Amino acid sequence: MDRFLFLTVDGLSRGAVYAAFALALVLIWRGTRIVNFAQGVMAVATSYAAYSVTGATGSYWAGFFVALLAGLVLGAVVERVVMRHVEQAPPLNAVIVALGLVLVFQGGLGMIYGSQYLPLPTPYSRVAMTVGGVPLLSRYDLFVFGTVLALMLSLALLFTRTATGLRMRAAAFEPQVARLLGVNVGGMLTLGWALAALVGALAGMLVIPTGLGLHPTAMDLVFVSAFTAAVVGGLDSPLGAVVGGLVVGLVLSYVGGYLGSGTTPLAVLALLVVVLLARPGGLFSAAQARRV
Amino acid sequence: MTALLEVSGLTAGYDGVPVLHGIDLRLPAGTICAVLGANGAGKTTLLRTLSGLVRPSAGRIVYDGAELRDVSVPHLVRRGLAHVPEGRGVIAELTVEENLRLGGLWRRDRREIRRGMAEVYELFEPLALRRKHLGHQLSGGEAQMLALGRALVARPRLLLLDEPSLGLAPRIIAQIMGLLRRLRDDTGLTVLLVEQNVRSALSIADEGVVMSLGRVVAVAEADRLAGDAALRHAYLGF
Repeated sequence: MDRFLFLTVDGLSRGAVYAAFALALVLIWRGTRIVNFAQGVMAVATSYAAYSVTGATGSYWAGFFVALLAGLVLGAVVERVVMRHVEQAPPLNAVIVALGLVLVFQGGLGMIYGSQYLPLPTPYSRVAMTVGGVPLLSRYDLFVFGTVLALMLSLALLFTRTATGLRMRAAAFEPQVARLLGVNVGGMLTLGWALAALVGALAGMLVIPTGLGLHPTAMDLVFVSAFTAAVVGGLDSPLGAVVGGLVVGLVLSYVGGYLGSGTTPLAVLALLVVVLLARPGGLFSAAQARRV
Repeated sequence: MTALLEVSGLTAGYDGVPVLHGIDLRLPAGTICAVLGANGAGKTTLLRTLSGLVRPSAGRIVYDGAELRDVSVPHLVRRGLAHVPEGRGVIAELTVEENLRLGGLWRRDRREIRRGMAEVYELFEPLALRRKHLGHQLSGGEAQMLALGRALVARPRLLLLDEPSLGLAPRIIAQIMGLLRRLRDDTGLTVLLVEQNVRSALSIADEGVVMSLGRVVAVAEADRLAGDAALRHAYLGF
């Protein structure tokens, strides 16, 4: 029972990060119908920025906030300079361009920082605190939960309570109608990419220190898990991304804990196949809205 | 009467293939002009060009005394031009209230937006009862009310209206046409109305323009147009 409890908490902690990363994928999918396969490597790039700033200043938080800012800028630049040219093209073009970006970023980061794993610190201890004799949450886990929760609430408020959020949703759902209502659709798409990259950067900063360390391919497996989370939840649903992230985190934790860590990639794949067969639109997919 | 919109020699199309061929049009302020013609006449393309969605390849568009050249769609909206597209353009995933709010967002003055929305709810009572309903939950008539109401929240000076009667019951069409006439009389709204329902359109219009194959083939007062049997038979099919 103690082990089950431990694996559950561990799974939720990992799942919170997958949820954030899946949310980044959903934000872009909803706005442009593009799966941003470069999201992982973009997050790695921003973590390298954090690594440089933390190294130069000695402050974790300076690096942390530079990573978020770098994500915001990188997302906007990638949309404006690269993706805008393929947003109206057939879907395969965007996939190929995104995969091209992965190669460019990974090659460039490898040239600048080398291919060895670099240490990225955590702001709080990762040693689990013991509750009733059972090691459960670390202070870092609490930080992860709190940060992801704050992120979700901020995004929910942005999209449901602000004029900018309403413009972003209108631009995503009906770009031409939104333009006719005075919405700067191009600007909203750029903002969507910038926000998604910020969320991705945050996820990267939360998850990379818990793995082997900073490396150009450090987010590849996380991307697969987060992509699975987004598909499980339904690519169109932010709530689905959150639930999907937690489900994937729990599945990986249980499978890894009881069957061995070598089986976790198979578990992700099996989950993806089962969901695609049983409910191709994902758990939270809405019925196709009637055009009016 | 002063012209709010003057179009001369307007040529426009898609992917280099012209659809409009040298259109001339003059729309006095505070009037309703019905643009009539068969499918493929270029009526919708005319509205899309005027609202900036299609870039003209030749000709001039003068709106409120200033030539529109390379003006963005959002800028045109700020200058009082509203376009309700064919198929209504209600955003199915947003609620009635959000759709209406969207219509006035460019104003930035929240009180002004709220006042505009209250006026629309007064005009269209069914919308007031369905504020929290999603766009795709509305009937065709309600969706048309919402599309029209959303345009009115922006308090436009020129309303470009594309096939507002499409798929609606005669009673609803009559309500919408009556409302357009009232808005013209009470607020001085200028309307360019594209319609397949010729009788309804001419019943409220001051002037009618008949288009065929991307060209204007007749311009006349609405009453005269309705009475010209030869023209009606040749271009309007009744």
